[in-house]
Order: sequence, then structure tokens, then C-alpha cells
Amino acid sequence: MKVTFPHMGNIHLLIKTLFDELDVDYVIPPKCSKRTLELGSKYTPEMACIPLKINMGNFLEGIERGADTIVITGGAGPCRFGYYAEMHRQILADLGKDVEIITIELNENGIGELIAKLRKLFPKKTLATIAKGFFDGFKAIKQTDALEQYSFYVRPRELQKGATDQIMKQFESEAMCAKGRDIFKAIKLAKDKLSEVKRDPDCRPLKVGIVGEIYTLIEPLTNMNIEPILGNMGIEVDRSLTISEWIKEHIIKGGLKLKKENDFVKAACPYIKTMIGGHAQETVGHTVLYAQKGFDGVVEIYPLTCMPEIVANSILPEVAKDFDIPVLTLVMDEITGEAGYRTRIDAFADMLYRRRENKRNELVLSGN
Amino acid sequence: MKIGIPRGLLYYLYFPLWDTFFKELGADVVISAKSNKAILTNGAKICASDACIPLKLFHGHVLDLANKVDAIFVPRLKSVAHGEYICPKFCGLPDMVRYSAPSLPRIIDTEVNIRKKSGKLKQSFEEVGKLLTSDKKKIVHAAEKALFQNAIFRGQMLNGYLASDLLQNRMMKKQVFQGITVAVLGHVYNVYDNFINMNLFKKMYDCGINAVTPEMISDTVTDRYAAEMPKKIFWTFSRKLIGAAKYWADSDEIDGVIYIMSFGCGIDSFTADLCERIFKKKGIPFYIIVIDEHSGEGGFETRFEAFADMLKRRKRNESDFSAYGEHSPIDQNAL
Repeated sequence: MKVTFPHMGNIHLLIKTLFDELDVDYVIPPKCSKRTLELGSKYTPEMACIPLKINMGNFLEGIERGADTIVITGGAGPCRFGYYAEMHRQILADLGKDVEIITIELNENGIGELIAKLRKLFPKKTLATIAKGFFDGFKAIKQTDALEQYSFYVRPRELQKGATDQIMKQFESEAMCAKGRDIFKAIKLAKDKLSEVKRDPDCRPLKVGIVGEIYTLIEPLTNMNIEPILGNMGIEVDRSLTISEWIKEHIIKGGLKLKKENDFVKAACPYIKTMIGGHAQETVGHTVLYAQKGFDGVVEIYPLTCMPEIVANSILPEVAKDFDIPVLTLVMDEITGEAGYRTRIDAFADMLYRRRENKRNELVLSGN
Repeated sequence: MKIGIPRGLLYYLYFPLWDTFFKELGADVVISAKSNKAILTNGAKICASDACIPLKLFHGHVLDLANKVDAIFVPRLKSVAHGEYICPKFCGLPDMVRYSAPSLPRIIDTEVNIRKKSGKLKQSFEEVGKLLTSDKKKIVHAAEKALFQNAIFRGQMLNGYLASDLLQNRMMKKQVFQGITVAVLGHVYNVYDNFINMNLFKKMYDCGINAVTPEMISDTVTDRYAAEMPKKIFWTFSRKLIGAAKYWADSDEIDGVIYIMSFGCGIDSFTADLCERIFKKKGIPFYIIVIDEHSGEGGFETRFEAFADMLKRRKRNESDFSAYGEHSPIDQNAL
């Protein structure tokens, strides 16, 4: 059994740590690229959302490298993600690929099925060892998320342009080579290096929050490296969703049926009253929170035809008006071009700079 | 109190229920005008640009009612069957409408969510009923009557009548042609809205083709067939469609399938693909019409006629020439 799995930002670091500790034979599909997307969109329904297409590409590239088992998580709606596994299974079967798909989910068949699946994936391991492996994996992704967030802080302030990018790039390849718990060393090393980057003490960067659908937000292929792009323009970025938060909310708290109390739910309440699946509530709620925290702008990213985000997208103009915060919406699909995307981000950043300047001048004029 | 019901989305499934309920409680029910170009254009202007065409049309219908009624009924439908969901857009629909359309009258946005407990339906009835009367007994009575009317409506559809005809009180005698029968699949608001489907049923009638729709198969049958899927389909309408597709693929009742899909529909993107795979395995011709606000009837007519001709020739010549541009059902797309 050789296992492969889909990419989503740095999630491979979690899975790698977990599989290393539990001696699972696995293959990490190559980093998402244009080829992944092309391969994926060739065999998936045209109108499907882009994460499905990229996942498909990951699987095909994983299979090329010898994988015969695919592990993904499932769900029960209303977002399309819950039915991904079944779509993949049908498409791969019709393509004549002999692979097994293991969906890690808690469905109507109860916890017994989930445990049986875990047993199959990790034979001869006790549940305690599996839990330990998962815990280490979770720790790895949590630290990586913190590291990324820290790089968002350092990047606009660096004196030597490109220093942060270089450290993060190096971290990426080191983390890929690290075996098991060695990953923590790699993270620590990158963090130390980041803290040594010479910074401009007078820098007061603009702040932009990023909201939207989790996959497009986190995967660099679909957000086209928006954090480094904005960061190198001297803008500090905050990303509303991270993998570790998602795991904490949905797998740990959801699995244990703990009560979720989130400030974004409260913030979104006047606009959108219930959970409608996907990340619509998060998108609206975080936009409100960013505005309250004094951010200069918000960027919303989601895949074309994403059902929950379309709802959020039709509410956001009202939020933007109420809180006087500019929102840039970027809709991604497989034919989105990078140049057009860059132009829009550039224009948005320019607008934010001028907006801040105008505000300052007004303050001077009014004498406050 | 005048209550407006937009003639869009689930109007085509639940109108008799809503209508009876409101009328029993003494309200006046006003329906928006039949879908037309102006309604669509007005709706598309205010609606999010990447929403699907039925949603844009719905926004237009709401605008059409805006100055005519005291309240517009836009329920927040989260789940209409146990353990299942419907498209998330229905759940956010009242919010979408409220923040897209300027100066609307009151919106009745009662939540309907019977995913976990079917008893919640009673609560939803009560919540709406309270706006019209304080007599709880009256509400219960009206709800019972509404559900009864709904059952009658479904029964008539099972007998082979189209919802679009029934809702206009046109109980046309079913004309059964000798020859070709085509199944029309898709969400109810695409299939039965004669503006969206560009008069498909009339075109079929003119060509001498019988039309059948998933609503003509009982839920027990479609449930049984849908259960064959390895993973439960958690969207109610998608489950109905897949169940119907599997039923038809197993029987020899139909000669071809037309799937009406709106551009950007999240659920159809999966459902249509799954249906295509089901019919392809059986060699049944399958034709998807993707519609958005730019669709032209001329192009559609040409394609429909070509499809109809192909079906007729297939039947007449018995040569069974392939509907998929290949000679064997083996997939050419294989890597």
C-alpha cells in the first residue's frame, strides 16, 4: 500500500509527520503546478470548483509516482466538498485507474466505520499511537501556520528586499526533507532566521485581511502567492483562515461535539444569521472584525461557482459600506491569468495608499 | 395582509402548499408575473454576477413584487428532508435578497430545517402563521390543509402532469405519442420554468416526443435507486435526480435524456456528471443544455432539433449508432 493525498498549502507537513511516525508508505504528490491543474481539469466536470480539479491533478500525479491508495477527508454537506471523494472515485474508476480511496469522515454509519478505516490505514498500531502521531502532525502544522503569520509581519518591514522570501523558500525545501519530528527543528531554524532579518523600525505598513473560501485562500497555486505579493509591496497581511484553526474547529471540536464560540459568528450575525456551509459566515464575520480592528482593506478570494461564497459575496458590499472598508473580490478558476490578477492587486494597493494619505491630510486640515 | 410569492426557485415545488396555508389564514396571495426578459434583466442587475440564472431571475421576481405587497415570502430553506441539505444558496437567500435589492417591504424569512428533527416543520408553520393570526388551532388546521394540497399536487405530478401546466391550472390531457420518450432532468426551477427552458416542452410536443420528468417517479423508487450510490447523496434534489437517472437507465422507458443545467450551478456540476456516467454506460443519448442569461433560443432550437433527429434515426434504423461519437462504450479519454 502506497498512500497519496491532496495538497492544500502546507497540509502535507501534517500528513508527512503523521505517516512518518506511523511507518506508512506514502508519496507526496509534486507541488501544485500548472500541470497539476491541467491534468485535473481534463477529467473533472467543467463546472466543478477548482479545488476538485487540483485534487484530481494531485492524485493523478501521485499515481504516476506509484501510489495505489488515496486518503482524503469527507463531509456531509451542504458544501460540495462533502461529495468530492465519490466524484474522484467515479472519475478514477472510469479512467481505469485501480486505486482505493479512503475517506476519513464521521458519517451516518457511526464511529465504528471510521475506526475500521484507521485500522486499515495504520495496521498494527494502537489508537493511542495514532492519536500521538496525529497530535504531532497537528503541532507541526500549528507551528508552521504561526511561522507563516510571522513572515507576513516581517516581510513588509524588511530592509533588504527578498530576505523573508528566501528564508521561507529554504524552509519549504528543508521541511520537505525533514523526517518525522525533525520538522520541528526546521521550523525553529526558520523562525530564528526570520527574527534576525533587519527591519525598518519606522515602518507603518498598511494592513490587509484576506478572507474567502479556505482552499483557494491557503493553496499558493490558487491564491497566486498573494501574501508575498502584498508583503513585498510593503503591506502586512492577515489571513483569516489557517489549516490548524480549521482542524481545531471541525475535527477536534466538531468530533468531540464541543460548543463552538467564535467571535466571527457574532460579528456576522446582523448580516447572515445561520451557518450555510462552506465559509460564508467566516467571510462576512472576518470582514467585520478586520474593519473593527482598523485594517485598511480586505481581499476576498473564492473559486468560481462556489455556492456559499456567492451568498457572502452578495452581502459584502453592504458590509463594506457600513464599515467603510474597501473589499477586493478575486474569483479563481483554471483560466485565471496571473497578469490580470497582479494588475488588480496593484491597483487595489495604490488605492489603499492614497486613501490613507487622504485621510491623514483631512486630519491635518480639520486640526484634530 | 398581502403576501407576495416570487414565481421562482421552489415555487415550482411548494406553491400549492404556501398558497393554501396563507389563504387559509386569510391573507391575500400575490404571485409575481411570469418570468420574462425584463424580470431577468432587472434581477441580474442587482444580483451577484456569478450567481446562477434561477437566482438572478428570483431577484427579478422579488423586485416585481416590491411595490405591490405588504410582505414577500422568502423562506430560509436549509433542509427539506431528514439528514439532507439543499443548495446553500437557499439558506442564504433572504440575506442575499435583502442586501441586493433596494427598499423592499418586509421579508418573511422563516427558517425551515428538518435535517435533525421533522417536528421543526411545525415550528416553521407556527412562526409564519403567527404573523397572520394568534389562533394556534387555526394555524395547525391551515398547515394540515396545506400539506394535504401539497400531497395532491405531488400526486398529480406522479400521474404524468407537468408542474408548469398544473400551476397554471392547465390540466392538459396527456397526449401519448407512439415512439420516442425523452426524460428531462434538472432542478425543478429550471425544468418547469418555461422561460428558462425556452419552451422545451412545447418544442418536444411539436416534434411528437413524449416528455417525462423525475417528479413522475415516486420517491420510494428513486430513494431505492439512489441508495445504490456508495456514498449517500446529501442534497435532496440531487438524490432525486440520481435516483431517477438510475431508474431510467435500468428500464427501457426512455430513448434519450435532456439535462437542463444552469451555468455555475454547484450541485448540477456534480449531478449532471454523475448522470452522464450512468447513461453513458447504458448507451442512452444524453444531452446537457447549459443556460445563463446570455443563452439564445435560436441556438438552442438548432441543437434540440439535431438531438431529436438523431433519436428518431436511432429508433428507425435500429442501427444504434453511437450518441457519444465513438463505436464502443470504452472511454477514449483514458490516459
